[in-house]
Amino acid sequence: MHMDTASTHASQMHEETFLDSNEIVINMGPQHPSTHGVLRVVLRLDGEKILGSECVIGYLHRGVEKIAENRTYAQFNPYVDRMDYVAAVSNGLGYCEAVEKLMNAVAPPRAQYVRVILTELNRIASHLLWLGTHALDIGALTPLFYCFREREEILKIFENYCGARLTTHAFRIGGLQYETYDGFEKEVKTFCEDFAKKVDEYETLLTGNRIWVGRTTGVGVINADACIQYGVTGPVLRAAGVKWDIRKAQPYCCYPDFDFDIPTAQNGDTFDRYVVRMEEMRQSRRIIMQAVEKIPDGPIMAKIPKVIKPPVGEVYHSIEAPKGELGYLIVSDNSTQPYRVRVRPPSFVNLQALDVMVRGHLVADVVAIIGTIDIVLGEVDR
Amino acid sequence: MNPAQLVELLAVAKPYIIMALVVAVFPLMAGYIVLLERKVMADMQVRLGPMRVGPHGILQPLADALKLMLKEDIIPARVDKWVFWFAPVIPVLTALTAFAVLPFSESYYVTKLNIGIIFILAMTSIGVLGIMLGGWASNSSYPLLGALRSTAQLVSYEVAMGFAVVSAVMVAGTLSMTEIVLHQQASGVWFIFYQPLGFFIYLVAAMAETNRAPFDMPEAESELVAGFMTEYSGFRWSLYFLAEYANIFVVCSIAVTLFFGGWLRPFAGTAAFNFLDWFPALCAIGVGGGCLMLAGRQSIPGFKIGLGAFGGLIVLIGLVFAIPVVIPYISGPFWFFFKVFCIIYMFMWARFTFPRYRYDQLMALGWRVMIPLGIGNLLVTALLILVHMGGFK
Repeated sequence: MHMDTASTHASQMHEETFLDSNEIVINMGPQHPSTHGVLRVVLRLDGEKILGSECVIGYLHRGVEKIAENRTYAQFNPYVDRMDYVAAVSNGLGYCEAVEKLMNAVAPPRAQYVRVILTELNRIASHLLWLGTHALDIGALTPLFYCFREREEILKIFENYCGARLTTHAFRIGGLQYETYDGFEKEVKTFCEDFAKKVDEYETLLTGNRIWVGRTTGVGVINADACIQYGVTGPVLRAAGVKWDIRKAQPYCCYPDFDFDIPTAQNGDTFDRYVVRMEEMRQSRRIIMQAVEKIPDGPIMAKIPKVIKPPVGEVYHSIEAPKGELGYLIVSDNSTQPYRVRVRPPSFVNLQALDVMVRGHLVADVVAIIGTIDIVLGEVDR
Repeated sequence: MNPAQLVELLAVAKPYIIMALVVAVFPLMAGYIVLLERKVMADMQVRLGPMRVGPHGILQPLADALKLMLKEDIIPARVDKWVFWFAPVIPVLTALTAFAVLPFSESYYVTKLNIGIIFILAMTSIGVLGIMLGGWASNSSYPLLGALRSTAQLVSYEVAMGFAVVSAVMVAGTLSMTEIVLHQQASGVWFIFYQPLGFFIYLVAAMAETNRAPFDMPEAESELVAGFMTEYSGFRWSLYFLAEYANIFVVCSIAVTLFFGGWLRPFAGTAAFNFLDWFPALCAIGVGGGCLMLAGRQSIPGFKIGLGAFGGLIVLIGLVFAIPVVIPYISGPFWFFFKVFCIIYMFMWARFTFPRYRYDQLMALGWRVMIPLGIGNLLVTALLILVHMGGFK
């Protein structure tokens, strides 16, 4: 009897397998050249068409939020750089501002201006890395090197300022640790002046190219409603036509002092996200130019106690990181260590939308879409 | 043995000598095409490229070849062993066989086949089999997808390529590679001027046919890891690599033969341009001189001596090329290789400039644009030949 059941089962299995033989499941990652780190995507394919996808994350999980509970506020500051390591300065800004909000402290104007300059430089660096790798995923080998050439200039400015290029730990709670170096303004200005031409140069390589347009238009479309439902923010949301930028919507630091536009697009496809990010680089450049002109003199640290012991309470503070809304929820129990730190990383939230974006497309589009969401696995997994 | 016998023996042995040369030298040349590609890529990407192995990386291909040959020979557990073993051999075999009918000059060739062009097309088509079998035998999903893509791609672009080739063949009125060139010599006009569209179609189809970017679907590294080659490593992998570069050389040779007058010097029939006969010598002396100049700037003594000796050798070769008696012997092969490398450069240029087509777009381009264009070009050519009957003869 048992034997019979087994054999019937086996024959059924065989038939099923035979009938489903045009559907295959492939594992993209965690060791794959285009998943931007250790992302693993399980794809169900009909030929090359994607029927469904599932993200498997956690290969880079380090328990950053838990670590926070065993460190003092100042000690945890360098850790946040290791989340979105492509935009470490933005992470630092979010964290420092969140703790300052918790302590009711405000960084002095000069510190705020330097923060804006460095953060916007970092936004450009992050977008350059995105552009280079995104183009590389779609098969354009050369833009990557041009992007890295300019990114190098930005990293040199970071290095001159704080000694580190990637995980900068540029800001301190209450302001800045270091005064700017001699020639900082001049270097930043020179970079900005050259950079305008460079963005146009990237655009000549890609924007009008019919292969590029063909590969990106109508690929990975996500509309405004879906974006809002999934909590998607940043350029992905703006490319879907929602004019939402925290720098304008919930101003922080000294952003209200500057004149800049929020680029948006309508179709919410990969090409629109490309256009939005390219324009964002130009806008960041505009902000930096204004900030360098107006940078005030004065102290760089607010008067904060040596031992940071914020009053009991909780605070949520979010900033516009290059990839979207980066939020920190910090709960204090009036001790030297945070009771709980919760990070709302833009990459993690935006990655949720991958499945709706890839369905019905081809395998080649998956890499384009992963690239266009602009994820950093350090931030997704934390 | 008297001199007459020796000449006769040489005539008999010539095809074998050239054959042996192709088989022995081409792998090395493929290595240097790769180095050239990396240098061209580096130049376009504001960097230097290979600089460590030998002065300016000129020994890099040898180091790479050595590395590949010494690598462990991995055959994954669940592959179809015999097919896996044999698959990489097929494309190398077919690509090198295609060399047999390439006329490097009026007198340097292995064989003068009267259906040469069809023979080459047939050989490159069989080469696809190696890719298909390799992808299938690997028993893994990425290679399978790569193999499926390549089969579809190569089959569809072969049609467009065929139309472009047929247009040029109709102008020449012969299928023999040598005869096609002789026709261009007789008419004094390269077929590119009769067949500009044909050349364009051929070039695009050839890029697709050799899996070059922007049509490198089968091995699109950012999507399919390494496509049909994913499970291959070491020597077997290098065979696929060799086949790819051999194919590039073959398709570029066809382009040169069909559209650019093969081994002919530019303005071959015009005495006023006879000074171009000195171009090979000038080229060699220029390259050698460049090497000598760079040798002076090397900081490592070995590199200095090595590059200096190399530069000196090239200059010497250039001086030999300048001897009037030698010119007729080297002019053919020189111009043939020169033109082939110009077209290979165009291939590289395209690779580093364009993003990659998506599979469906590639098929749409092939079937909706390239093939109708090819048919249209063929019809117009046929009509013109009919109207000006005898005009091309």
